[in-house]
Amino acid sequence: MQKINYITENFGKYDVFSIDSYMNIGGFQSLQKAIDMEGEDIAAVLSDAGIKGRGGAEYPMGRKWSQARAVKRPHHCVICNADEGETCTFKDRELITNDPFNLIEAMVIAGWAVNAEDGYIYMRAEYSHLRPRLINAIKQAKERGFLGKNILGTGWDYDVHLYSGAGAYVCGEGTALIRSIEGKAGRPRMKPPFMKQSGLFARPTCINNVESLSIVPHLLHDAVPYMQAGTKESIGTKMVSVGGNVNKPGVYEVPFGITVRDIVYGLAGGIQEDHKIRLIQFGGASGKISDDRILDISYSYEDFAKNNLIIGSGSILVIDERTSVIDFLRYTQDFFLHESCGQCTPCREGNRHIRIFLEKIKNGTYTDEDIQTMKTFARVMPMSSLCGLGETAQNALKSAFDVFPEVFASKTQTEAVG
Amino acid sequence: MIEDSSKFEITDELKSKIEKILDNHYHDFTQIVGILLDVQDEIPQHYIPKAAAFYIAEKLPLKLSVIYDCITFYDALNEEPRGRYPIEICDSVACKVNDNDFLLGSLKELLGIDFGTVTYDGRFTIEKVSCFGACDRAPAVRINKTVYGPLKTKEQVRKLLEQFV
Repeated sequence: MQKINYITENFGKYDVFSIDSYMNIGGFQSLQKAIDMEGEDIAAVLSDAGIKGRGGAEYPMGRKWSQARAVKRPHHCVICNADEGETCTFKDRELITNDPFNLIEAMVIAGWAVNAEDGYIYMRAEYSHLRPRLINAIKQAKERGFLGKNILGTGWDYDVHLYSGAGAYVCGEGTALIRSIEGKAGRPRMKPPFMKQSGLFARPTCINNVESLSIVPHLLHDAVPYMQAGTKESIGTKMVSVGGNVNKPGVYEVPFGITVRDIVYGLAGGIQEDHKIRLIQFGGASGKISDDRILDISYSYEDFAKNNLIIGSGSILVIDERTSVIDFLRYTQDFFLHESCGQCTPCREGNRHIRIFLEKIKNGTYTDEDIQTMKTFARVMPMSSLCGLGETAQNALKSAFDVFPEVFASKTQTEAVG
Repeated sequence: MIEDSSKFEITDELKSKIEKILDNHYHDFTQIVGILLDVQDEIPQHYIPKAAAFYIAEKLPLKLSVIYDCITFYDALNEEPRGRYPIEICDSVACKVNDNDFLLGSLKELLGIDFGTVTYDGRFTIEKVSCFGACDRAPAVRINKTVYGPLKTKEQVRKLLEQFV
């Protein structure tokens, strides 16, 4: 199996509390390169590498930066979304733990590329133990002139601020996140206005995930190994976090194109006690599920799309035969029921009622009409919910309709069979 | 026994601690979530007493309703007193399929408490929380910002609890 350390190249190579030790391994050289480049050219480098947003939305990053630059209003800002709340997603934790200076460097490059005045890192409260290392990294970068006034003699002023979340999954959604930074409850709002035009404090805002940003300094340093990895349509590598019933849960960097089997049985050490796989969920709680037929499919955007799956945040949650499909769906539904902010009716009530239907299926007390109503709710919620949470909450259920139709078998049919 | 939060009286010592927290946040009211998290850390029972919320509302250009909107919206902010070592048990799918029911049962049995109650010495409470991003250590608990896991046997749970006695 190919072993690749591109995004994770710096892991363990420097003292995460010392900017000197980071600079000894070439730290901040990419920033030096970046300030000799036009922002548009930096965005072009990202576009050439085909980077799609690694938080889950998969929006092309180069296009995002290019669009952010094009907004003519003043006082741009950049946000790093470190609020990864998707179940079984913990890759950003590893990036911040092992390579905090790289993230700060990436924030400065992003600020330069989109002409920003301020950068914000919004980190989930669950990672508050990582705050000291980011605060330290910001402070030391400021002392060396990589942040603050007149950065590297360019006359450009830019600062990075660290904000903490407080345990709300919905704050990973852009509009909720900005409200949280603004000092309000993190309830999402309607779009438009879009972030790029009017986001944080009504300023033009460019939001990126930790992993997306972390790739940038490496890419400007040496893009060749990244461009050579992966497949034609999914270039490069991805951080995946594997969990559930595997022997070696953890974060791994993999080249796109590796098979799911190589990840689950190779890197993650196979299934506990050699049980059979019941299902795998990709991309967090809002991701879709598959059965073990996915094992020999390549882990890439194009092949996943063909199989009605998404890479999303890169989480791979493996559930073995000891848990039933319906139990898995109930657990997932509990999560959304708890995390729905309750603002809009489709999400608040939809999640609640689907939870009741799932309970009925579990108990065998459902009717055919229940199944039909549940399918209708699962179809209507994405169309009518206010934000991404309600839009994606039923992804697992909807994919279960296709992959495990027997779980939702009509009552009359089941009785006829026996 | 959980003490009555309405009887909490703010001391000068706590007032000066809150002042210091406000200084650290540049008296910037947009940083209210961070301020509340820091204040909560200063209270041994890890919650925001009413008196403290009122005090912050006096010091910042914020309405009390906005402060309470935050306290009640965010799971990490608490209105009611908790144990000095609140045990947050992860209830994500990754922990559930790794038998966090057994872990929860062990905690309840060893401590003799359920959700919403506190041990007789005010030391522990048990709370269910959504995923805290430690799925590689499932089934896990989090006590005062530190993650402990995987906890698969009753003996491991006992050893963990003994650390806090």
